Amino acid sequence: MRLYNLLVHLYPAAFRNEYGEEMRAIFARRERQARGPLGALALWTSTLFEVVVNALAVHWDILRQDLRYTARALAGTPGFTLTAILVVALGVGANTAVFTVTDFVLIRPLPFSEPERLVKLYERLPGYSRMELSPVTFRDWKRMSHSFEAMGAYVSTSVNLVGQGDPERLEASSVSSEVFPLLGIQPLAGRLFNSTDDRIDSPGTVLLSYGLWQTVFGADLGVIGRKVVLDGAPLTVIGVMPRDFHFSDRSVELWTPLQVRDDDSFEDRNNNYFGVIAKLRRGVTIAQARSEMSVITAQLCRQYPKEMAQHGATVNPLHEELSESSRMLLVALSGAAICVLLIACANLASLLLARGLARKKELAVRTALGAGRERLIRQLVTESLVLAVSGGALGVLGALGSIPLLAKLVPMSLPVNQTPSVDWRVLAFAALLTFLTGIAFGVIPALRAGGSVDLGGLRDGVRAGGGRRERVRSALVIAEVMASVVLLVSSGLLMRALWRLQSRDPGFRTDGVLTMRTALPWPKYLKTAAREEFYKQVLTEIRGLPGVSNAAYISFLPMVWRGGIWPVSLDQQILDRAESNSASLRFVTSGFFAALGIPLQLGRDVDEADTSDRPFVAVVSQSFVRRYWPNENPLGRHFQFGFHDRMVVGVVGDVRVRGLERPSEPQVYLPYQQVPDGYLFPYTPKDLVVRSTTTAELLLPAIRRIVQSVDREQPISDVRMMSEVVEGETASRVLQLRILGAFAAVAILLAGIGIHGLLSFAVSQRLHEIGVRIALGASSSDVLRMVIRQGVTLAAAGVALGAIVAFAAGREMEALLAGVEPGDAATFLGAIGLCALMTLLGIVAPAVRAVLVDPIAVMRSE
Amino acid sequence: MADERLRADSFLPLPEATFHILLALAEEDRHGYAIIQEVEKRTDGAVKLSAGTLYRSIQRMLEQGLIVETRERPAPELDDERRRYYRITAFGSEVARAEARRLTHLVKLARVSGFSPGRA
Repeated sequence: MRLYNLLVHLYPAAFRNEYGEEMRAIFARRERQARGPLGALALWTSTLFEVVVNALAVHWDILRQDLRYTARALAGTPGFTLTAILVVALGVGANTAVFTVTDFVLIRPLPFSEPERLVKLYERLPGYSRMELSPVTFRDWKRMSHSFEAMGAYVSTSVNLVGQGDPERLEASSVSSEVFPLLGIQPLAGRLFNSTDDRIDSPGTVLLSYGLWQTVFGADLGVIGRKVVLDGAPLTVIGVMPRDFHFSDRSVELWTPLQVRDDDSFEDRNNNYFGVIAKLRRGVTIAQARSEMSVITAQLCRQYPKEMAQHGATVNPLHEELSESSRMLLVALSGAAICVLLIACANLASLLLARGLARKKELAVRTALGAGRERLIRQLVTESLVLAVSGGALGVLGALGSIPLLAKLVPMSLPVNQTPSVDWRVLAFAALLTFLTGIAFGVIPALRAGGSVDLGGLRDGVRAGGGRRERVRSALVIAEVMASVVLLVSSGLLMRALWRLQSRDPGFRTDGVLTMRTALPWPKYLKTAAREEFYKQVLTEIRGLPGVSNAAYISFLPMVWRGGIWPVSLDQQILDRAESNSASLRFVTSGFFAALGIPLQLGRDVDEADTSDRPFVAVVSQSFVRRYWPNENPLGRHFQFGFHDRMVVGVVGDVRVRGLERPSEPQVYLPYQQVPDGYLFPYTPKDLVVRSTTTAELLLPAIRRIVQSVDREQPISDVRMMSEVVEGETASRVLQLRILGAFAAVAILLAGIGIHGLLSFAVSQRLHEIGVRIALGASSSDVLRMVIRQGVTLAAAGVALGAIVAFAAGREMEALLAGVEPGDAATFLGAIGLCALMTLLGIVAPAVRAVLVDPIAVMRSE
Repeated sequence: MADERLRADSFLPLPEATFHILLALAEEDRHGYAIIQEVEKRTDGAVKLSAGTLYRSIQRMLEQGLIVETRERPAPELDDERRRYYRITAFGSEVARAEARRLTHLVKLARVSGFSPGRA
């Protein structure tokens, strides 16, 4: 019987109260009639089934009723309904969208096996915490360390693919044979590299990415075993990698073995270009690996005091590789999205509270008609959940629609797909948010409204919403204002930072500059003379095109590649690299400075006469001169750089090689002919700069024809305007700011609605009081003051709290601020001004209504 | 009255339990357990309403106005304070008749097709 009593609890309380007693009586009778254990078993089985089915059915009946009632009630107040749904949609949508990206980029484990054991290794130099390794250091670390199960190296390169349609430039990665097994990746077809492939004398092999295999090779498995021509060398395709595999970043389309010649450059410990990835041995922690690596680097320091002085090792979990600014960007957006959700929830709660109060009478009538408290609360919960679920669904739809836009927030450097996939986690997150919104911010007001139902609500002329509930709503409004101040200030600070960055002088002029890459392959262009031929022909013809004022080549355009930083020596002494004795190395053809608009300040440009049999010369940037020969004439001075003694023949303005956000090393430009055959091949000029008054659409076909006529197999890639390169520097910030700005706009709007709603409600609840005051002689300005005081007090409290939180948030994201102070007065004033404006707008209507109160009409209505 | 009939038709087909309860209340007011017993007797034990089904149906039938709870009690010695008695309403009778008509019509259709209940 006790069990049956429990079962009866499956029914809704109202039903149980009504019929529970009789059902128990019937069951008791049946139990007495049941014969033997078999009879009892049969009775229990059927009862169990019967109770569950009927209880569900009763619940369903009530739900249907409630839904019908809700639909009617909501349809009757379309303004409220639409506002509530929209508010929830905004909150849930913003969070779902941001969570999709945040989860994809920051939370989800990388798509490798045991990703938590994967680490990246770097050399640490004073001033550089993450420097690639030199091949020889990689060999030493690998030999000496015990913390790692495996260690592999890779180098990003790009290659020209010829013989499959138009020549194509492809991003590639040379990886040592350890890398793929260490990631736990199996090929889709064929095999991975083995240690034989790593040897310099072994026949060339290549692995294709799924994308390349699909697009260029028509998804033909027969390609395995075939030879393809990369940079003029025939390589055998040995396999195809799986669809969603990316390494070391998303741009890489094929992999070749990392073959390193054991020669002079191998022994050069300052020749850092190996990316290194390793897998921790099972049970070894990062801290243990770090301490072992510091012992090893100390040992190498003693062994090679000259090159390795002050060198250390950085061991970083692979999943933390994301740049600090990418991480901050997402964290900031997540914070903003949460603010929006909180504001939305506060608004929803406030709306429901007001509605609850307004419906007090209706609820009292229903109570009088016999509806139990539980039944009423259930009805109110259904209502708030219906609102939340409708809003949530709308929000998720919006979020899904915004994913293509948000995909731009996924950094290129991650070894994952570009477009975040929406999986069950995202949907579960959205469902949870929706549910919490519905429950927390709908049910609590419902409980309060439902809980206080008394027949007093039936009396006519009941006034005032009750101080307590108004206090709750006031707190909600303060929270809304606070959150919108935080969002406004954050957006403001980031906007100032963006403006500051955008106004930074890159050191060159972008207008009318078209750039593209023609990377000359090795070994075809191994000899300097062969390259000279190519550049001369191409540049001469391009310069002859109508509208072209200048054209030139450089190894890498500023901001396009930020590396290539070399140590500087004076008087044959390697200078301490710790004291920033480094400079970026670039080879250029003559005319580069003119083409890119970098001012020549002293001396001359490199020219065609600077051949390899002439004295080796260099053009250096102003900061280089300031560093080594301050207040002296630098022309004719010598220094050692890039394996050779160089004499300064010219000085040019500084450019931001490392982009707008970071300071750059001084720059050294070398004439393209003054390099021995085969040396520094990666620095071969490949980026073409063309300054013209013609449009790119007209210019490009002509340039393509010229390049094709000089070398039919030479691909052209990375065609873009120089202005796009510079804009790319701030593209993710612009996007972030747009999103944040939209959030802030929504926030301030919602806060305004919140203030307006609260004051309107307060005024309507106090009509009688106001009427009495006016009747007793209060002037309209007194009444006005009363309403305004309430609005301004709320806004001021919200602004004060918001300013404090905003300052703290600003300090947190200082890294993103490009030097703008977290307490930037203009930004704060702007945000506060906007809040004041919004408060004013929110106050107007209720204030007018209060002033227009007709005391006689109000009192007569009693 | 045409309206009443139209409204009765909108309840068809009646759930089996509802129809049985209406039939059981046709002669006299009964309380819940008596309804169960009456249904069981009339169907020779073929239909045994469970308590849940009974009261769920009763709740809905009360809302639909097919039955009412009665305030008249039988002789005190036969009464049990806990029990509620139910009475069929005029509208309830109308609905029961409509259902009977519907079933008769169905049986007629079956006969025409040669599915006579008499002949197997």
